[in-house]
Amino acid sequence: MNVSILGSGLYPFGRHEGVGPIEMGVAAANDALSDAGLGWNDIQFACAGSLEVLQPDTMIKHMGLTGIPFATLYNGCATGGNLLLTAANAITAGQADVAIAVGMDKHPRGAFSVGDTLESIGLGQWYGETGLALNPQYFAMKTMRYMHDHGISEDCLNRVSAKAFRNGSLNERAWRRKQISEEEIAGSPMVCDPLRKYHFCSPSEGAVAVVLCRADIAARYTTSPVQLRADVFRTRRYGSFETLTPSTPVRWVPGPSVEASREAFEAAGVGPEDIDVIQLQDTEAGHEIMHMAECGFCADGEQEALVRDGETAIEGRMPINTDGGLLANGEPIGASGLRQVHEVCLQLRGRAGAHQVPGSPRTGFTHVYGFPGVSCVTILTSS
Amino acid sequence: MSTQRPVAEGLFTWPSEHPALLGSRCPDCGETTFPVQRGCPACPSQACEEVELGRSGTLWTWTVQHFPPPHPWTGNAREFVPFGVGYIELEDGVRVEARLTENDPSRLRIGMEMELVIETFFKNDEGEEVVTFAFRPVEA
Repeated sequence: MNVSILGSGLYPFGRHEGVGPIEMGVAAANDALSDAGLGWNDIQFACAGSLEVLQPDTMIKHMGLTGIPFATLYNGCATGGNLLLTAANAITAGQADVAIAVGMDKHPRGAFSVGDTLESIGLGQWYGETGLALNPQYFAMKTMRYMHDHGISEDCLNRVSAKAFRNGSLNERAWRRKQISEEEIAGSPMVCDPLRKYHFCSPSEGAVAVVLCRADIAARYTTSPVQLRADVFRTRRYGSFETLTPSTPVRWVPGPSVEASREAFEAAGVGPEDIDVIQLQDTEAGHEIMHMAECGFCADGEQEALVRDGETAIEGRMPINTDGGLLANGEPIGASGLRQVHEVCLQLRGRAGAHQVPGSPRTGFTHVYGFPGVSCVTILTSS
Repeated sequence: MSTQRPVAEGLFTWPSEHPALLGSRCPDCGETTFPVQRGCPACPSQACEEVELGRSGTLWTWTVQHFPPPHPWTGNAREFVPFGVGYIELEDGVRVEARLTENDPSRLRIGMEMELVIETFFKNDEGEEVVTFAFRPVEA
């Protein structure tokens, strides 16, 4: 797409008493700028996203009111992917040579609520009143059916979570730094069958910023730009099974993650077998497993052996969620997708420290998926 | 005897001796959806017709909700009892999400026969029993 990433910055995900989301966004933006060797005055286009912050562009009073276009967007768990795409589009459209994307959030503890009124998400209030408006139920029911159809075991769920917490323990900026054994995961309280407490990520707080530029001028700023080879955004078609839907048709079509991935591989001219480091939306262990197949990295059912044999670990053939993913970092919705991009940049530039994938990875893949059936996929390379 | 009221109008026939869910059928492409909506999610038709859906089907997938849901759930968190949730595949070509009367995972399995019931899930401040639709396993 002729767009390069010059730098990225992360305000660590977790819980930060007394620190507001805008403050975190500013810190992440300043980190990204300093990583890129640029100042705020160099930025010609900005976009930011958040669930909890109504107007994230209020952050610029702390950075410089320079009059640039600043877009705000929110698109559920896919917000981060949309932010990167919006900034990249501003560059490819000729609107800016240098742009920044910032994601920030700070969620209350506990399961996400759908808010006071379900009208804001196109559903009747009865759906929430009767206890059906919960994402965890969908995650569980999709996982339950998938395990039934493709022979995935509960052990596989436990291994995915244990791998996430192992990766988190190696990442000094992760939220969950403690390894949790498969036995402890298997013994944790049931939340929604078949998913237990340690199979789920939690809402959290944090921010990420990414600075992008026209690929042909990247060399002016850095010797280690990361190339954005593909950035694809798709929404569900009629027939895919999505969250918070009172009914779904018997006829089936692939979900938006499948289409976004296929198109991204086609645009980048590479295949799943060429990817050295993979970030997938792991809202819970079940979806990391299903997204492995939806994004094209294996056939349905092959996950059981791949996960058991350690192929998805940092040292494996297809390292997945190397920074601990959502499971070890939690999900500040606005920032989560950009965290994946930040992690891939660290990996491709050889700066991931203890969670570095061995062998100098050269290609990376990021994937977000969220309500009401939206997905963004990027493919990044080191040259 | 306390009075009963449905959680929402137009979700199912009520009161009725043989209650049925109310869905939509598209006159152009034949797709069925629940609940009633005018526009078809499969084609551009804006003229979907209200239909009564079948009262039985098979369990396509399920879970048990083990923690009290957040707002706007109207139940009492202190008296929370885990409840089953599932998608029931009807012969109408649609899978409907519903509460299940069964909350014991060992008694739920994909493919089992289910039938529609109307159940009380909440007593409101006026003392009315608020009823909604649910599916129960058909005894073999």
